[in-house]
Amino acid sequence: MSGGLLDVRGLRANYGGAVALRGVSLSVGEGEVVALMGRNGMGKTTTIRCVMRLMQSEGAIRFAGVDLRRLPAHRTARLGIGLVPEGRRCFAPLTVRENLIAAARAGAWDLGAVERLFPRLAERSQQRAATLSGGEQQTLTIGRALMTNPRLLILDEATEGLAPVVRQEIWEAILGLKARGLSILLVDKSLAEIRAVADRCVILERGADVWMGRPGDLTREMTDRYLGV
Amino acid sequence: MTAAAVQAPARRWSREARVNTALSLGLLAVPLLAMAAGEPFWVTLATRAAILALAGVGLNLALGYGGLVSFGHAAFFGLGGYAAGVLASHGMSGRPIVTWPLEIGGTTQMLAIWPVAVAAAALGALVIGALSLRTTGVFFIMITLAFGQMAFYFMVSWPAYGGEDGLPTYVRSRFPGVNTMAPLQFFAIAYGWLMLALWLSWRIAGSRLGLALQAARQNRQRLAAVGIRPKSVLLGAFVLSGALTGLAGALYTDLNRFVSPAMLSWQTSGELLVLVILGGVGRLFGPVAGAMLFIALEHLLGGISDYWQFFLGAMLLMVVLFARGGIMGALAGRDG
Repeated sequence: MSGGLLDVRGLRANYGGAVALRGVSLSVGEGEVVALMGRNGMGKTTTIRCVMRLMQSEGAIRFAGVDLRRLPAHRTARLGIGLVPEGRRCFAPLTVRENLIAAARAGAWDLGAVERLFPRLAERSQQRAATLSGGEQQTLTIGRALMTNPRLLILDEATEGLAPVVRQEIWEAILGLKARGLSILLVDKSLAEIRAVADRCVILERGADVWMGRPGDLTREMTDRYLGV
Repeated sequence: MTAAAVQAPARRWSREARVNTALSLGLLAVPLLAMAAGEPFWVTLATRAAILALAGVGLNLALGYGGLVSFGHAAFFGLGGYAAGVLASHGMSGRPIVTWPLEIGGTTQMLAIWPVAVAAAALGALVIGALSLRTTGVFFIMITLAFGQMAFYFMVSWPAYGGEDGLPTYVRSRFPGVNTMAPLQFFAIAYGWLMLALWLSWRIAGSRLGLALQAARQNRQRLAAVGIRPKSVLLGAFVLSGALTGLAGALYTDLNRFVSPAMLSWQTSGELLVLVILGGVGRLFGPVAGAMLFIALEHLLGGISDYWQFFLGAMLLMVVLFARGGIMGALAGRDG
């Protein structure tokens, strides 16, 4: 598919001498939710890092018609890509409110909107991010990404290692964001939730995309073979 | 998370605010008590502490909030010092500094000297920062040290302004309505600037620049991922830091009525780092606590032994090993 909000073609990247991506192609359309899937070490996070220009790569990356290959990471983010990195990486020395304010750019998502989406953040507003629980830190990193008022939100393992009740809260938030028309590229291993949220799936295997399609078309054989589920 | 934990930051702030107030009043009390006791020398010591604290407040912006370990801040201290010294010496002699393409003379007015000193130091910080911030970690330390040494040797080899012997200015520059030669009145000027710099530093720390600076200290890539260019934030802080340190340099020249390349030496950079670390890196009043302790140790231990810096080194070792929050950490809690 081409002409989407995000178009990636033939993405290749290395870590030193080790080849991480051998040619990944994917696209995300306006208002579309795309799930990037695959077992550990298949190149999902590397693909996201390349899209965000946090590491060098070869191949074409276009966002809203702009060629991202020569842009630094901060310019890519300013174009409208919000990243929720894996591992709940908030700004630990800052308070919850300071984390949100630091990232703020003009748009519909402001402090009030984020605190309405995650009311716990309002309760913890003056608390240092480092002292939050894992789930609260994750909602904070999602809130921080939303404060940049992105056109595309990228979530890298946003529910990994969280309690079921927090995972549920985050999946409901993702559904709410989809309903508001936000484009989302997400990496996750929760097949049931991906089936409920995603419009399309892209499966990576050893640094290359091997399957694209609707979640409903994923067969048991494919999930066994590529996802180890 | 308990309610107590949620309220903890406010409680720590209140404790830190009390310590900050005590330090402000303590530094103010020293010269007042000294004058009452007929010991004007202590006024000079308090003034020196206030000026070094001002330089430390500048360094703390880069080191404490931005995590930039600059080993070249003496360059900005010296640039401010020489700007004041050169302007004042020309102002007193009446000789112009340059005659072409237009004649520019000196001045003995502090209100004219300070902006020049701040601008010179800020420009120096902009150039040094723009080049040094291409590196990180130990390379950043080394490159700032190298720039500092370049500035030092430049002044050593510039005979027009005294070279290695330095440049005497004989009398302090003037300030409207103030007798700057009176120790207490000159202390008031230095103390006033220190309080203003602390207020500015507090405002910066709470601004978006300050938040981004603290975020950059933790992880530059993470900051870039929210659309903020880390280098711009760090460079902005480095320039502000250099400007404040340059202002302190101008006051230091007036305090001593003399400026020499020693102000630009790596030992001066080291002393500024030591007093910030002793007081508490990244703590608003850390440089004030550190400068007061540094001056007290220099005077008290210096009277006992020429090797007083041995004891200072031992104290620094203890702080780094066992009290990483410095004096402020010990008095107001580590996370204040």
